[in-house]
Amino acid sequence: MTTAIILVLVALGSVLFHILSPWWWTPIASNWGYIDHTINLTFWITGFVFTAIILFTAYCVFRFRHQPGRQAIYNPENKRLEWWLTIGTAVGVGALLAPGLFVWDQFVTVPKGASEVEVIAQQWQWNFRLPGEDGRLGASDTRNVSSSNPLGLNPNDPNGRDDVVIEGDALHLPLGKPVKLLLRSIDVVHSFYVPEFRAKMDLVPGVVTYVWFTPTRTGTFETLCTELCGAAHYNMRAKVVVEEASEYQAWVRKQKTFAQLSARTRQAKGTQ
Amino acid sequence: MVDTTIGAAGVIQPAEVKDVELYHPKSWVTKYVFCQDAKVIAIQYAITALGIGLVALVLSWLIRLQLAFPSSFSAIGPTDYLQFITMHGMIMVIYLLTALFLGGFGNYLIPLMVGARDMVFPYVNMLSYWVYLLAVLVLVASFFMPGGPTGAGWTLYPPQAILSGTPGQDWGIILMLASLILFIIGFTMGGLNYVVTVLQARTRGMTMMRLPLTVWGIFMATVLALLAFPALFVGCVMMLFDRILGTSFFMPAIVEMGQHLKYGGGSPLLFQHLFWFFGHPEVYIVALPAFGIVSDLISTHARKNIFGYRMMVWAIIVIGALSFLVWAHHMYVSGMNPYFGFYFATTTLVIAIPTAIKVYNWVLTLWRGDIHLTVPMLFALSFIVTFVNGGLTGLFLGNPVVDVPLSDTMFVVAHFHMVMGMAPIFVIFGAIYHWYPKVTGRMMNEALGQFHFWVSFLGAYAIYFPMHYLGLLGVPRRYFEMGDMAFIPQSATTLNIFITMAALTVGFAQMVFLFNLIWSLFWGKPAGSNPWRATTLEWQTPETPPGHGNWGKELPVVYRWAYDYSVPGAKEDFVPQNQPPTPRAA
Ligand code: HEM
Ligand SMILES: [Cu+2]
Ligand SMILES: [Cu+2]
Repeated sequence: MTTAIILVLVALGSVLFHILSPWWWTPIASNWGYIDHTINLTFWITGFVFTAIILFTAYCVFRFRHQPGRQAIYNPENKRLEWWLTIGTAVGVGALLAPGLFVWDQFVTVPKGASEVEVIAQQWQWNFRLPGEDGRLGASDTRNVSSSNPLGLNPNDPNGRDDVVIEGDALHLPLGKPVKLLLRSIDVVHSFYVPEFRAKMDLVPGVVTYVWFTPTRTGTFETLCTELCGAAHYNMRAKVVVEEASEYQAWVRKQKTFAQLSARTRQAKGTQ
Repeated sequence: MVDTTIGAAGVIQPAEVKDVELYHPKSWVTKYVFCQDAKVIAIQYAITALGIGLVALVLSWLIRLQLAFPSSFSAIGPTDYLQFITMHGMIMVIYLLTALFLGGFGNYLIPLMVGARDMVFPYVNMLSYWVYLLAVLVLVASFFMPGGPTGAGWTLYPPQAILSGTPGQDWGIILMLASLILFIIGFTMGGLNYVVTVLQARTRGMTMMRLPLTVWGIFMATVLALLAFPALFVGCVMMLFDRILGTSFFMPAIVEMGQHLKYGGGSPLLFQHLFWFFGHPEVYIVALPAFGIVSDLISTHARKNIFGYRMMVWAIIVIGALSFLVWAHHMYVSGMNPYFGFYFATTTLVIAIPTAIKVYNWVLTLWRGDIHLTVPMLFALSFIVTFVNGGLTGLFLGNPVVDVPLSDTMFVVAHFHMVMGMAPIFVIFGAIYHWYPKVTGRMMNEALGQFHFWVSFLGAYAIYFPMHYLGLLGVPRRYFEMGDMAFIPQSATTLNIFITMAALTVGFAQMVFLFNLIWSLFWGKPAGSNPWRATTLEWQTPETPPGHGNWGKELPVVYRWAYDYSVPGAKEDFVPQNQPPTPRAA
């Protein structure tokens, strides 16, 4: 009896907690509302199944608990019931998978006009690079990294000279423009995650990965590292500022290009 | 009597092979220390696993204390924290759960349940335990080496696992890899035994389709382990080479803290594939024995045959096979080719179907049963709750788009603790309460058992159910502290304190369990040979605890499946597997 009641309370308590929980996803700031919808759909289907199974279990525990004179029935199988349950489950699983794959297709397919921004992670700092006026990112390689060239740009690639380099500072993004992040790491695996964007992708040394989204809300958001990268993993953060195009342009103009930075280090070296 | 194809007694073949000659211990040392009797090896495995598991439990308290009160413990720094979670996770998964289910329950139950006198290769079986013990000692040694144990996370992803930004770079990671290699060697010796014993040493009449599901679960899990562990083995060897010899299997060109390292050309993703090719089946290596055991607990204590036995067997086999086709669902956001996502999402969600069938059959076994709410039955019920919960959140993470925001957050931590932490642990508890009388001849204390159950079940649920919502919010895992992130409300800290309180309470209940374990050894009620009135062979031994060779003079002969409970017309509500059919009155 008590056991059955507690099982019911566990099921209902879980539903209640879900409804009342003040801990919920952050207000979305990107185009990935689809992801939220898929999560909601999943909550509905799995929530229904969970409650149904636990309540059924509770009912059995209550109704068929041992009492003097009770005898269990003897029914080894029931093929029809087993098949129906199998088919029902397959339908439910299909209902989750189909929309999931549909959205995944969008998630991995970058739209044509997306602007490119490079994210370069290192222990334990985020760096960024914008393509500059020519709209093209210059080549880069971990082997080029030095104190005057922390992102490892190829100094001989003309495309790289006007690239804007942001070292350990905030990234700004224009509102409403799809952006493709090219992700690179010069030491260990890190992961780029902004909860409000719903997007996440690992940065793996040796390869370039990507993720895309369109910021849909202005504001300042936090980038967290979500792949264990050593002692200060928990503290590897940066700000991402989404703003109107005009403010964004003003910000870009204030940033240093790769050419300017190299010139400055060369000068610094010369005066020594 | 109802005629079922499964239960009907077939023709019993005469014995083809002579009974085996067992090794007979000559001294105390060969009887209790270097012992070749699977039952003693089982107990050695179990005690070692529980002992090292206790370390992991204590580490979980330290983890939880740090998370609840981030600035109160000056003794716990960020690197300590990483070492705690790494050792906690690795010990729990490998050295506790895998070792206890296969080395512990496998050794004790397989020979008894299939009607054999012992494992087929007793000497190798003994070696298996000693190599396992060595693996545990090497692991423990890493706590005392300069730099401490590794803090690379239980997934040990390179490059960070062997670089200096991660604690335990000097000795910790080397000993960790060495210990895993030893574990796998030891396991392989035992595992070959379990498989061959099930296939070759069943007694007369014990067909594969009459095996108790416990044996099916352990058997299939062992097959998976024999196929999956080699992937981890080569991964560990290659990483050891990278660390010690400077090879670059997993290491691309790297600039670490401004220094160019002498690595180049390797692939960090290669390790992740090897790891998860092992790691996903590992989930089922832990889950399948739990599935099998819980089926038998439910059937015995509900006095009813397991519903859909054949479907249950097939589900175990299908799940086992599919578990090798889904590994990269742990890697949706790893940077592998994103188009793999379509394939791995599909296979992953397909596994949900046979898994769901198993759940239905457990609850349908309760339906119209005669449910005795004994401690083993209660733990079986808590298994159903936590397993269903954790299985369903698996449908979130198996769907790549949903996994994107949730991966590497506390949602994942909550999910896997429900499904492969709490659910199998509850089965282990249920199984210990269930078989303790056979192992020791005494019952465990019921009142303490009830207390242990209720605190553990409700406490564990209180820990992990709310934890999902922290992950939904976006709180990452493996974080020493949440810090002052704008998107995390103050109330999240309150929730963390609540979770920690629940965790400490659950931890306390385990002390009660340990007390019960020892207390009952001396003062428990004498159990008799078959206190639960169960059908399977281990309850039909001539002596309790079973003697050397298990069966006295004659091996048992099996006439029926393992689930003849409440057979209409039978005198009692159970018919042991070795009871010959009564000649039918015409
Ligand atoms: C009541 C007991 C337990 C508590 C309170 C507990 C608590 C925790 C916490 C809080 C973490 C995550 C810390 C973080 O990511 O920052 C963790 C990690 C983990 N736990 Fe447990 N745990 C318990 C039992 C178990 C069991 C039975 C298993 C067996 C599967 C397990 C396996 C793991 C694993 C694999 C990790 C991941 C370690 C990593 O991130 O590398 N835990 N545990
Ligand atoms: Cu990190
Ligand atoms: Cu998996």
